[in-house]
Amino acid sequence: MSIWSQILQHAFSGLTLGSIYAIIALGFTIIYNATEIVNFAQGEFVMLGAMTMVTLHVGVGLPLWLAFPLSVAAGGIVGSLLERLALRRLRNSSVLTLIIVTIGVSIFLRGAAMIAWGRNAMLLPPFSQRDAFFVGQASIMPQSLWVLGVTVALVAGLMLFYSRTLVGKGMRAVAINRYGAQLVGVSPPRMVFWSFALSGALGASAGILIAPITLAVYNMGTMLGLKGFAAAIFGGLGSSAGAIMGGITLGLLESFAGGFISSGYKDAVAFLILLAVLFAKPTGMLGGKTGRQ
Amino acid sequence: MMRRLKTRITLIAFGVALLAAPLVVRRPYHQSIMVFIGINALAATGLNLLMGYAGQVSLGHAAFLGIGGYTSAVLTVNHGANPWLAMIAGVALTVLVAWVMGVPTLRLHGHYLAIATLGFGMIVNVIFVEWRGLTGGQSGIPGVPEPSIAGVALDTHVRFYYLVWACVYAATVASANIAKSRPGRALRAISSSELAAQTAGINTARYKLHVFVLSAALASLAGSMWVHYINFANPEPFNFAYSIELVVMAVLGGLGNIWGPAVGAGVITMLSQVLQPAGRLLGDWLGRAVIDLDVPAFGLILVLMLIFLPRGVTTSLGMLFQRRRSAGEAG
Repeated sequence: MSIWSQILQHAFSGLTLGSIYAIIALGFTIIYNATEIVNFAQGEFVMLGAMTMVTLHVGVGLPLWLAFPLSVAAGGIVGSLLERLALRRLRNSSVLTLIIVTIGVSIFLRGAAMIAWGRNAMLLPPFSQRDAFFVGQASIMPQSLWVLGVTVALVAGLMLFYSRTLVGKGMRAVAINRYGAQLVGVSPPRMVFWSFALSGALGASAGILIAPITLAVYNMGTMLGLKGFAAAIFGGLGSSAGAIMGGITLGLLESFAGGFISSGYKDAVAFLILLAVLFAKPTGMLGGKTGRQ
Repeated sequence: MMRRLKTRITLIAFGVALLAAPLVVRRPYHQSIMVFIGINALAATGLNLLMGYAGQVSLGHAAFLGIGGYTSAVLTVNHGANPWLAMIAGVALTVLVAWVMGVPTLRLHGHYLAIATLGFGMIVNVIFVEWRGLTGGQSGIPGVPEPSIAGVALDTHVRFYYLVWACVYAATVASANIAKSRPGRALRAISSSELAAQTAGINTARYKLHVFVLSAALASLAGSMWVHYINFANPEPFNFAYSIELVVMAVLGGLGNIWGPAVGAGVITMLSQVLQPAGRLLGDWLGRAVIDLDVPAFGLILVLMLIFLPRGVTTSLGMLFQRRRSAGEAG
């Protein structure tokens, strides 16, 4: 394969992967903006979305257009349960406590998934049954186009949500100034609740999108979550644009590193980049002083 | 004065209990569990100094155990080195890595510090897996010999138990001494407000770095002992999950309390011992293959513990006794 085809190939898989990271990073950002909590269980929303989708679409046989929103809703429900049951009681805890609690929740969800679905990886068929098509010598899976397309749609949807809907504007208000938002009648606890539900739904969609490419297995959430978090920090924790940019960049860098340097070390690439950003400019590429919105 | 005396008495009692324990616990399986608790407690002691006294966080501490462990394994297996010298070399290498890592990392705080240490741990684990020439990759390095003292090989559970717990005891005594010393007060000041500590003239960066390096050194010792005990070094135990377990042990035990690490290590290690058979029983009852109940149960217990006992077991017990005492005095 010529070098250009290789570059194109890796660019496409990088964009695909990067879109997934971007969606996961957005999930982190939404929760962080509402609560200043970093939700280490974010990766498990991704996993749960994928696994639920397999059960509904493959196991029960529901059509794609029905199983997708149901699985996304499942992610949202788990997210809001997390907020209601666990995090609501820990409003004034230290950073360390909150980190460990969300890690505890992720361990719980992962273990529960292992019990419910077993250890084997499950296959989710791609959304459209077509063979890979070629651009030059680079092969591109149709699922990649789905990932890119749905990501764009999700981002556009989020932008509309934040600018046009009351709940979205309320969430932005709480992120900018909690007290001020209360003064104009926004209920911060309710916005926090919706933030978690939204994050859960986003995470689930990421899982559903990536599952046809990487298979769905009970422990797929850990690495995806950590890398999504790295992407969010890379772009600037608290910045939605940063999350997207961070995710795409991370996906591209990881794909090129895996292709041209070594596939074994590609996991290390994500974290090396993360460390570099943290040491040089902790607030990330697009983060300001406080790194808000 | 009373508190110092109480600490001293408790330390002596602890020492006596440690010495006597193998006489009570006779089954080799239980003795090996005590060894594992000891190794975990040693690593958790370092983490307690870092998190409890200095107020920092490390989500990648397993990396330091791994560096110590692999150094011991490589030097003793591939180069026939003396295990004790290899252990010292492991500590030296870990100290170097911790120093180099610590300088930029400890400038970060909160979530950023957490994710930086996490990333570091990930990178080191990937190196353990990928640098097959040195570490043997996933297959690891088998045949790591036991160390010996004065010609006596430490090849029984009881002998290893004494080695490990002697180190834990020394580290606990050291923690107690650090706590009441000038550096200890400086660390507590940093923990409660780094800015205020700086204005009081404390060189916060230096103290944080020293504690970080010390905790890494203790972890390195624990890692070396691990590979010598199971005669095997592989990347599996030195991963993110274990880093989290160590943090949980330190937090559950009680941060800033010298007994915290041992208590936390004991509870967590024995928890998985209890949960695994429980999971199997549940599996039999449900008619399915073995259910790993210990994983979700661990997560659930973690969350519940942080909701109801955020300060950990030892600190909460201490607060309970203090409340009783002051109630008695008031009444």
